Amino acid sequence: MNEVLLRSLTPSVLGILVRRGADFAAAEDAVQDALVQAVRVWPADPPRDPKGWLVTVAWNRFLDATRAEAARRRREDLVEDQPAPGPAPAVDDTLQLYFLCAHPSLTPSSAVALTLRAVGGLTTRQIAQAYLVPEATMAQRVSRAKRTVSGVRFDQPGDVATVLRVLYLVFNEGYSGDVDLAAEAIRLTRQLAAAIDHPEVAGLLALMLLHHARRATRTAPDGSLVPLAEQDRGRWDTESIAEGVEILQAALARDRLGEFQAQAAIAALHADAPTAEETDWVQIVEWYDELALLTDSPVVRLNRAVAVGEADGPRAGLAALAALDDSLPRHAAVAAYLHERDGDLATAARLYAEAARKAPNLAERDHLTRQAARLNARRGR
Amino acid sequence: MAKYLLLKHYRGAPAAVNDVPMDRWTPEEISAHVKYMNDFAVRLEGTGEFVDSKALAPEGMFVRYDGEGRPPVTDGPFAETKDLIAGWMVIDVDSYERAVELAGELSAAPGAGGKPIHEWLEVRPFLAAPPTISDCPHR
Repeated sequence: MNEVLLRSLTPSVLGILVRRGADFAAAEDAVQDALVQAVRVWPADPPRDPKGWLVTVAWNRFLDATRAEAARRRREDLVEDQPAPGPAPAVDDTLQLYFLCAHPSLTPSSAVALTLRAVGGLTTRQIAQAYLVPEATMAQRVSRAKRTVSGVRFDQPGDVATVLRVLYLVFNEGYSGDVDLAAEAIRLTRQLAAAIDHPEVAGLLALMLLHHARRATRTAPDGSLVPLAEQDRGRWDTESIAEGVEILQAALARDRLGEFQAQAAIAALHADAPTAEETDWVQIVEWYDELALLTDSPVVRLNRAVAVGEADGPRAGLAALAALDDSLPRHAAVAAYLHERDGDLATAARLYAEAARKAPNLAERDHLTRQAARLNARRGR
Repeated sequence: MAKYLLLKHYRGAPAAVNDVPMDRWTPEEISAHVKYMNDFAVRLEGTGEFVDSKALAPEGMFVRYDGEGRPPVTDGPFAETKDLIAGWMVIDVDSYERAVELAGELSAAPGAGGKPIHEWLEVRPFLAAPPTISDCPHR
């Protein structure tokens, strides 16, 4: 049985239950139960209509759970009023579910947890393992999130930008647990792109595909980071790159540029270069300029300084860097790189060591320490 | 979504405001303190922010490798060690500000006289896994 295919039915099944009058929180629990039962039953006895099967089982679960709470008469009455389960209605509420699970009243971590469960169909245990927290903690995070959105009307229009931020967070979490969150984020963004025609949704999907294409080459077998210039481009996933580029081009043609499209354009230029030396850094600088207009993020200006260093030489990069606050994360790493390119190995080594002390993750710290060590060894100290 | 370690020191942190050793508290004050710590952990589980909490025995020793085929060398315990960890709590929160807020609440655990201890807790971020999309362009 294909678990991903099963999970892809989650949002539409949940949408149907809610449309039939089930409240979101109870319906979501019922759908989870149905998914668990499907995993158990389907391998030996596959249903002819998987979605219809899930709707029926989930609806019965919902009724059982509701009836069990005898004190809740009002909901009981509501249930009695419902029409008997029939064929699944044509309306698809997938998009509404994305909006609800990324509702602005939720904290980022709650929105992520709720999206992975109610839209992604992952179990609480899987989400807990992916984020390296106890299952009980994740269960509480999910149920708090459900309580937070319990008063939100399901048919309210939502904001695509908040959904995209949540999916970006999921993608960026990477591959820590036994669930491949990057692949899951791509699946969810693809599903969103099918539910709504929006250039930034396409932009984010392209961005994910283009980064995912390099995944196998970003780390050495021992877990150490491999910089872009040293990655084995022959091992990049050309199918993913082609798909990402195609999606991006279609989005850009609509002339409604946004942050994710601009980021994807930069990723596409890297993916396009047969060798690191052939990278079109001039165009990359132009895209960083666009991105700076869209986001005004200091991180963007920092990255732009690197691109300027490649396009116009390290001195120009250092000049661009001089305009930025040196307390920015990774400022020292960028400065070290540009000084090395400029031939000032002593300064570069010192800055690499400083950057290593400030690195936000272990792989980056080790990488920067190795850079410092490499330069110190070359200087024959 | 980032993990932080809240470290509690037996020694090594600046002195607390209500700095009375625990063995001078009344039994009720000790119970109240323990209850506060337990309730805090339960509350954090409820907010979906709790990861782990452990206490350490004060006495430990140092151990090191002593060469192929030889048993490890042990030394200590050293009564004079300046920094001594008492225990920790690991939290998973949305922001650094939230980590500081929670550390502040944990530091308000009641001590002598039922008053908050105001003890200094050390807040340390975990080094996480590298993000999928690096902020660093030459990666």
